[in-house]
Amino acid sequence: MNEQYVLRVNGSERSVTDAWLGESLLYVLRERLGLPGAKGACEQGECGSCSVLLDGVLVCSCLVLAASAIGADITTVEGLPGAEAGLTTVQQAFVDEGAVQCGFCTPGLIVAVHDLLERNPSPTELEVREALSGNLCRCTGYGRILAAVETAARAGVQA
Amino acid sequence: MAVCVPSSLEAALAVLRDDPDAHLLAGGTDLMVEVNFGHRRPESVIALSALAELRPIVYDPAAAIVRIGAGATWTALLEEPIASLVPALAEAARTVGSPQIRNAGTLGGNLGTCSPAGDGLPVLSALDATVELVSAAGGRSVSIHEFMVGVKRTARRPDELIAAVTLPVLEGFQGYAKVGVRNAMVISAAGACLAVDRVGRCVRLALGAVGPTILRADPAEAFAAEAIDWTAGTLAPGAAEEFGRLAAATARPIDDHRATAAYRRHAVGVLATRLLRRAFPA
Repeated sequence: MNEQYVLRVNGSERSVTDAWLGESLLYVLRERLGLPGAKGACEQGECGSCSVLLDGVLVCSCLVLAASAIGADITTVEGLPGAEAGLTTVQQAFVDEGAVQCGFCTPGLIVAVHDLLERNPSPTELEVREALSGNLCRCTGYGRILAAVETAARAGVQA
Repeated sequence: MAVCVPSSLEAALAVLRDDPDAHLLAGGTDLMVEVNFGHRRPESVIALSALAELRPIVYDPAAAIVRIGAGATWTALLEEPIASLVPALAEAARTVGSPQIRNAGTLGGNLGTCSPAGDGLPVLSALDATVELVSAAGGRSVSIHEFMVGVKRTARRPDELIAAVTLPVLEGFQGYAKVGVRNAMVISAAGACLAVDRVGRCVRLALGAVGPTILRADPAEAFAAEAIDWTAGTLAPGAAEEFGRLAAATARPIDDHRATAAYRRHAVGVLATRLLRRAFPA
């Protein structure tokens, strides 16, 4: 039985039609709503590349039943504050520090770093490492990513 | 497939009474993996995420107990007041998954799944927790030891929800330790919770991922109670090692994709020894 429901994504009401109700939020964002920023890799919450904010809380969208997110505020990498004007401070820092290689993990990391700096504007390296422990990157070895977070923190996340 | 997102506990219980075969969805960190991989295609799901009644953590200082709503997330459990009241539970919470997983996963979900490797469960076992179950017909409380029946099997009836867990607030060291293939984002190959009760002059040791469900290490507990000088707060020489040996002897591990039985038995003994040493540093 397929039904219609409405999700609030990046501040807009978005209708999901003709979808199986067992679909994950990740699948619905990418395949139903045309928001391919969140990436699908492990589909079991191990890699963090599908990270989004659900009512302001960082979660793996692959582990959210999309139909259960009715009424929640969903923020994807496309809807982060500052994204409307081009790159956010965090995204610019990733570019400047060479923190992007293949780029697959980057959107999830960008969302996680925004979440971290929102809660803790001046994190220690240990706090950064723990905050990003759920976001796997197989290219960079993380050194450039840590540098990018430091740069973004210095610049101020909302600047 | 039907998905119901009730906005009150009463509504959730009514839906569950009429559809006891429905799958209960808490944080989704177990169920959605099965759905994503096609291992499970539930006909109906009741999502518990909107139930504010399941989230409060309430401390009763007079009774020295804390009641934790089943919907409390790992992130909530690693913060105050649990960090001070039940430090072993906060430690266990910090070892679960990643920030994303801890933001979603709940203590009630850990209980509902009842994996032998569930990181919250050794803490609940060591503290002799009480599990509150509710249904449209009423509520009941069961001991954690009766609640956990076997591998992913519990005493919850299909028409019941896990509402809360009640734990004693003890005086004395508490700790949770686990072993996995790496330090973050790992499912336990072996885990152990030690809780010292200075007033009752006993220690409690519960072992995870080394049996069909959580095991209490009774011989190790009895040995430690005698090996501790409760007035001086010290441990007899060599007692931590013997404590570990007794804990390992209690384990009933299996070989699987995460570890061999022999490794699990060894590891859980090491964890028990380390925890007792942390409780009574020389």
